[in-house]
Amino acid sequence: MSGDILVAAPAPAAEPPRSGPTVGDRIRFVLRGIGQTLITLGLVVLLFAVYEVWITNIFAHREQVKVYNALHKEWLNGYDPLSLPSTGPHAIPPGTGIAVLYMPRLGDDYHFAIVQGSAVPDQSQLEKGPAHYADTQLPGQVGNFGVAGHRVGKGEPFLNIDKLRVGDAVIVETKTMWWIYEVLGSPPGADPQDNTTPIPSKCTDANGNVTSANLKVPGREIVDPGDGSVLLPVPNNPGCVPTKDALMTMTTCHPKFTASQRMIIHARLVGQVKNNKHWIETGKFPPVIMQLYKAVQG
Amino acid sequence: MYVWIWRHLPGPLTVKLLQVLLLIAAVSLLLLFVVFPWIEPHLPISQVTVPEK
Repeated sequence: MSGDILVAAPAPAAEPPRSGPTVGDRIRFVLRGIGQTLITLGLVVLLFAVYEVWITNIFAHREQVKVYNALHKEWLNGYDPLSLPSTGPHAIPPGTGIAVLYMPRLGDDYHFAIVQGSAVPDQSQLEKGPAHYADTQLPGQVGNFGVAGHRVGKGEPFLNIDKLRVGDAVIVETKTMWWIYEVLGSPPGADPQDNTTPIPSKCTDANGNVTSANLKVPGREIVDPGDGSVLLPVPNNPGCVPTKDALMTMTTCHPKFTASQRMIIHARLVGQVKNNKHWIETGKFPPVIMQLYKAVQG
Repeated sequence: MYVWIWRHLPGPLTVKLLQVLLLIAAVSLLLLFVVFPWIEPHLPISQVTVPEK
């Protein structure tokens, strides 16, 4: 026993002096940790960008195809979702297709099924496609047909909506009709930014007096995220309704990748063509619609 | 952290590299398909609507 103690006792003295990690070691350890954390965060953010512009499109495209096919099937079976009221207990179910949107300026293959949204469309509806603000008018109706859509990712239906020029066609196909809207402003082909067209309107003031006025509505405007007046029957003019015009308003985020503002496109109904089973079955455009595509390409 | 993981991976260099690739793939997939879809609705980046008036 005592021998053990004697042998063990000098052992600590025999080891080389070790005082644990030095101050320098500790600083290096912390700095390396911070560096690695920052690099990792950077890579995660980069991966998030990939997710936003790429992965979300894959999911959204799948949803959009489902909605589009379901709508087409309903049309072929002779059922029109727009025969239901827009609001109320028996309303069009939110998230289901109601119409198909075409914009010749954005290419031959550009088409999106528009889904019925809530009063303000939510993310699950917008992921399926451009969504109708439920309380605004339906396609072709006098007033304002409001549609919201994603700009970057989530199918990005409104990615290139800033490319639209004054007079460009925005076509909304329903079971019964092809509604042809044109971006407001003048002359055709000009930049629609704050470029207005007078809309004949009737306005009612607080005292109930009705006045007629030609109210100017721009083809394109950039507004604050909280500015809901762009969806009014006569955009930006509370208390007014158009005397005869059916308008359409599209909202998306601006600038791209952010939500600090909204880009708004206003268009006006200029024509309509009856839709029928032939066009729905073949997927071809009626001649009048074909002309609109040729006008942009020519 | 990365050094610690590298030290604790078993096997020779090529096997270690293979495991690293697998780990990166697993973490990426977890982020892309679970974490990002979950946090994204809470971020103020993809709002395209205006409130109704």
